[in-house]
Amino acid sequence: MSASQPLPTLEITALEKRFGETQVLRSIDLKVANGELVFVIGPSGSGKSTMLRCCNRLEEPTSGAIHVNGKPMLGITRRDLDRMRLQVGMVFQGFFLYPHLSVLKNVTLAQRKALKRPAAEADARALEMLDKVGLKHKANAMPGELSGGQQQRVAIARALALDPKVMLFDEPTSALDPELVGSVLKVMRDLREGGMTMIVVSHEMQFAREAADRVVFMDGGVIVEQGIPDEIFGNPKSERLRAFLSRVSGEAA
Amino acid sequence: MDTIINAFFNIDIMRQAAPLLLKGAWVTLQLCAVVIILGISGGLALGLLASSKNAAVRLPAFVFIDVFRAIPPLILLILIYAGLPFIGIRVPPFVAVCIAFLLNNSAYFAEIFRSGIKSVARGQTEAARATGLSPAQTQAYVILPQAVRNVLPDLLSNVVEIVKLTSIASVVSLTELLYSANMARAVTYNSSPLVMAALMYLVVLWPLVRVISRFQRGLSISS
Ligand SMILES: Nc1ncnc2c1ncn2[C@@H]1O[C@H](COP(=O)(O)OP(=O)(O)OP(=O)(O)O)[C@@H](O)[C@H]1O
Ligand SMILES: [Mg+2]
Repeated sequence: MSASQPLPTLEITALEKRFGETQVLRSIDLKVANGELVFVIGPSGSGKSTMLRCCNRLEEPTSGAIHVNGKPMLGITRRDLDRMRLQVGMVFQGFFLYPHLSVLKNVTLAQRKALKRPAAEADARALEMLDKVGLKHKANAMPGELSGGQQQRVAIARALALDPKVMLFDEPTSALDPELVGSVLKVMRDLREGGMTMIVVSHEMQFAREAADRVVFMDGGVIVEQGIPDEIFGNPKSERLRAFLSRVSGEAA
Repeated sequence: MDTIINAFFNIDIMRQAAPLLLKGAWVTLQLCAVVIILGISGGLALGLLASSKNAAVRLPAFVFIDVFRAIPPLILLILIYAGLPFIGIRVPPFVAVCIAFLLNNSAYFAEIFRSGIKSVARGQTEAARATGLSPAQTQAYVILPQAVRNVLPDLLSNVVEIVKLTSIASVVSLTELLYSANMARAVTYNSSPLVMAALMYLVVLWPLVRVISRFQRGLSISS
């Protein structure tokens, strides 16, 4: 590695994933620089979720390497993996807040048990993060009392409270009613302004145009094309990307 | 009418039998406490094994659960109490009952815990693991609390069944409530002590049964 090139915050190298006989990812290479927002698009089944889930090993890669700030995610003990996962925040389409715990407890649980933060410090950090997503006043509510958009913002706060180096978003707004999408995208935009490194899988093309540094187009388990949003949306090179974009814009119209 | 009252609801005989029955009730209470704690602990451990991703762990747990749910607990008890001495192991009645109940109750509780664990969405585990919680922490703080909440009526129903089932301990001469009542019946030639024992069960279990059906109604409304 040359000295002029700073260490990528997240580096995916020759990543392969097979489920039995089906090859879902083939030789994925992706470097995400510090503070960069990489936006991932592609048809259903192209492997977007699988790639994200391999990054924190919710899915076990078949081969390849993942590094976060130069440290390996693979070939390490389970304890070390748990520690590494603290650096990789993940936000799911289905939120997955803990329904039996208050909003505050949702945000403090991993701080207390995984990071071993003292209670007072964890509470303070949780309130700070809840404030950031505009939900400090809901700290004592139960998740079931919140709208989907609010739940997703709490899920973002839960991940942020652990001070991750990179945040992964897997279709964070796809389960939301249209009128609630904006509030979550706003939080993500704020995060980006704050310099968070992010990979976002989503169908919100408008958000990609405004906020992404780079757009990655996946199809059939490979990265077919990538570039700045203007290039990808304005001047797609590959036939597959052109077909995908016209299909997506056809759906939106 | 009088004959019925005399044979089953004879107050004088009940009064005479009361001290003996209370002693028996005390034994039953202790027995319940021990076998319920054993059953829940064993059942939880077994339920976790039966929920394992690892088939080498899961399958033996399943076999255990199936086998001991299928064997009548009374046969199990007599086998342990009267059968083990033939291979040189002699156990006191209380211990025999505890072993038989541990085997039987663990299997039932395990099945309840297992279905509770299964009822928790997979995303819950993934969300917890993604935040760096270990598998054990994920179970303890995220999965089990939800699992128990989801199957609470079943857990309580099983507790009621166990309390009633402790009366089979009378066959190995453990002086619990039924044994004491039956002794009083034999001495007095009158069934009133048995009725009294049944009433004692009723008084304790009725509130519990009410709570359970309230739960079940609540669940069916909310779902
Ligand atoms: N656990 C699994 N077992 C078997 N096949 C799987 C599994 N998970 C995903 N797949 C397959 O891998 C392929 C890629 O799935 P993935 O979820 O990564 O796609 P995606 O790009 O996220 O799609 P979508 O836009 O629908 O979310 C699909 O063909 C899917 O059927
Ligand atoms: Mg997906």
